Amino acid sequence: MNKKKITQNALFLPLVCVLLVLAVNVVYDISQGNPFYDFFRITMQTSASGDKLLAGRLVTILNRGSEVAILAIGMTLVVSASAGTDISVGSVMSLCASFCCMLIAGFGVSSVDDVAIPRLILGLIGALVMGCICGAFNGTLVAYLNIQPMVATLILWSAARAIGLLLCNNLIVYVRDEAYGIFGGYIGFIPTPIIIAAICIAVVTLVLKKTAMGMYVQSVGINKKASRIAGLNSKRIIFICYLICGLCAGIAGIVASSRITSADSNNIGNNFELDAILAVALGGNSLGGGKFNLAGSVIGAYTIQAITTTMYNLGVSSAVTPVFKAIIVIVIVAIQAPPVKAWFHKLAASKSSGKEAARA
Amino acid sequence: MKLKKILGLGLSAALALSLFACSGGNAASSEPPADDTPSASEPAGNTDSTPTPEGNEPSGEVINVGFAQVGHESDWRTASTKSAQDVFSEANGYALSFVDCDNDPAAQLDAVRSFIQQGMDYIIIDPIQATGWDTVLTECDEAGIPVIVIDRTVDDSDKYVAWVGSDFKVEGLACGEWLKAYAADKGITEINALVIEGSVGASATIGRTDGFKEIAEREGWNILASQSGDFTEAGGQEVMESYCQSYAGQFNVVICQNDNEAAGAMTAMDQAGIKYGVGGDVILVSFDANRPYVQMVCDGKINANFECNPMAAPTVDEIIKALEKGETPETEVYVSEQWFAAEDNVKTITVNGQEQEVIHVTQDVVDARPY
Repeated sequence: MNKKKITQNALFLPLVCVLLVLAVNVVYDISQGNPFYDFFRITMQTSASGDKLLAGRLVTILNRGSEVAILAIGMTLVVSASAGTDISVGSVMSLCASFCCMLIAGFGVSSVDDVAIPRLILGLIGALVMGCICGAFNGTLVAYLNIQPMVATLILWSAARAIGLLLCNNLIVYVRDEAYGIFGGYIGFIPTPIIIAAICIAVVTLVLKKTAMGMYVQSVGINKKASRIAGLNSKRIIFICYLICGLCAGIAGIVASSRITSADSNNIGNNFELDAILAVALGGNSLGGGKFNLAGSVIGAYTIQAITTTMYNLGVSSAVTPVFKAIIVIVIVAIQAPPVKAWFHKLAASKSSGKEAARA
Repeated sequence: MKLKKILGLGLSAALALSLFACSGGNAASSEPPADDTPSASEPAGNTDSTPTPEGNEPSGEVINVGFAQVGHESDWRTASTKSAQDVFSEANGYALSFVDCDNDPAAQLDAVRSFIQQGMDYIIIDPIQATGWDTVLTECDEAGIPVIVIDRTVDDSDKYVAWVGSDFKVEGLACGEWLKAYAADKGITEINALVIEGSVGASATIGRTDGFKEIAEREGWNILASQSGDFTEAGGQEVMESYCQSYAGQFNVVICQNDNEAAGAMTAMDQAGIKYGVGGDVILVSFDANRPYVQMVCDGKINANFECNPMAAPTVDEIIKALEKGETPETEVYVSEQWFAAEDNVKTITVNGQEQEVIHVTQDVVDARPY
């Protein structure tokens, strides 16, 4: 009875998948003659400046997966409420990063070494506001003008990165200042992106659980008209979801740009929208909207990073990495496909009935 | 109800328009910056005026040149762009149409096709990918527009007049020869190298990897791993972070195939507490030699940096002038390159039987760098 409950939990399959990916590393480590826990070893390393910092593959997964995890939060809400995806998040990330660095460095300046704190704060707030503006733009098109989400967000998908280029005067803007590097670096011994992602997840989870927001989003996603008749302002709820998604992209943009203390508008967030959508799907959420599971999406995001880190660990040549990634993704998605699920259930049922028969 | 329909129609028309503007804008997305900032680039503005005059007088005084640039992913690329904008200026009798293709091969093909439609006199391409060019280059050929390829190479077509760029394999060989001489001087007997490659399939990646590997195999060095950092700082950082975990304490050389990757690798090694550069445990080598990174060579953070000269434009200018005179230029022209080292223990290296100087970087050398 108890066992059944675990397997029926919505998070069961996403968790199994991430464990499967990690298990690949255990097999590899054993075959290499390393201790089987090699991949999971977490150490304290001493940096060049003498600080103690957390290190290890698991830390890397949590750290490097932060951006996609943050994006996945917004994406989950958007998918749930509007049954469509926001494909602009990667470009918006890049735009926000460019805007942030432009505000900090000044227009047309390609490199600054020392930044005054107020200037830094201005840049960060600017990036978040820019994220919200992009989100509001998408939200207006989808919620109030009833444009299909993919078409509506296609505009910023293609334009946002280019606007970022304009803002940076076609240069990579460097903000080589330690204070700016904190958001992609370490606070104490913990990588800051992990903390930022954790805060984002915690805040959104609290809002969804403590207020009726989560229920509203789901009900709008399941049936927009019925929700409106029931007294919900469906349009505003969809709008808010896109706004949050834009804000998440802004936060992810700051983290990505802070990691390299520069705004590399060509490469920041490149193809991240696909990773974010994949994260939502890997988390066991239907891309058709309605019921959603935020924790699943977050696990999905870290699964993607786990795959990437695994590729590095196995030393797979960069040229063939996408093939291996594709294979793993196919396996994970197939495991969660309804017919396969049904087959597993059937198998389990026949086994338990067999046991009962044996007992009798 | 009717009103709603009309409103909906109007809005969708507006959207269609805006979409058209956006998707069209992507391919030529970076043309506007050139137009908007005439101070930064002389050739700006010309893009507006080109279509009219050239339709009427195909071989006027002004030479119309279209340049499909890869993107602006690194300082090197920015220097290459600036070099083109300086050389193909109005003052020099050129009208340059510059398109930044944002690392999108499809956008680059579009850009070249639009150059054909605009009836450019010459087309300069820095191909994002080495393959997939035959069709569009044939179109150029049929339109009678000479194509000059710079920097990266085109592998599946020979329908261009000339290629100008760096010999990446020589850069890789030079790196290997320098490392050999350096290690011999320092008494390092065992080399365990980690390589952070550039973008998969890029000719710079292939040449530098091949060149270095050739020497490594000859000398019996151990290349522990070789993975792509995509020529970006973020990529270099992530790959180095992974290397630090996999090969902690096992490596003494890190080869980064461009400066941006080296910057990322330095951050990762700083965090892992690995000492690199002059006097460190790890020899750090980079390619491209942009000024900020030559400065790092001077400061002893990077042991050696192998230039990849982005100033192809002056050579292209010579080729165009030769073509205008009716001469046939050479099909393969290499730009000259320099090697920089932080210490003066290796004075010269022999690459492909040629003795070449290794420049010991001082502040004067850094200040004299053009980019």
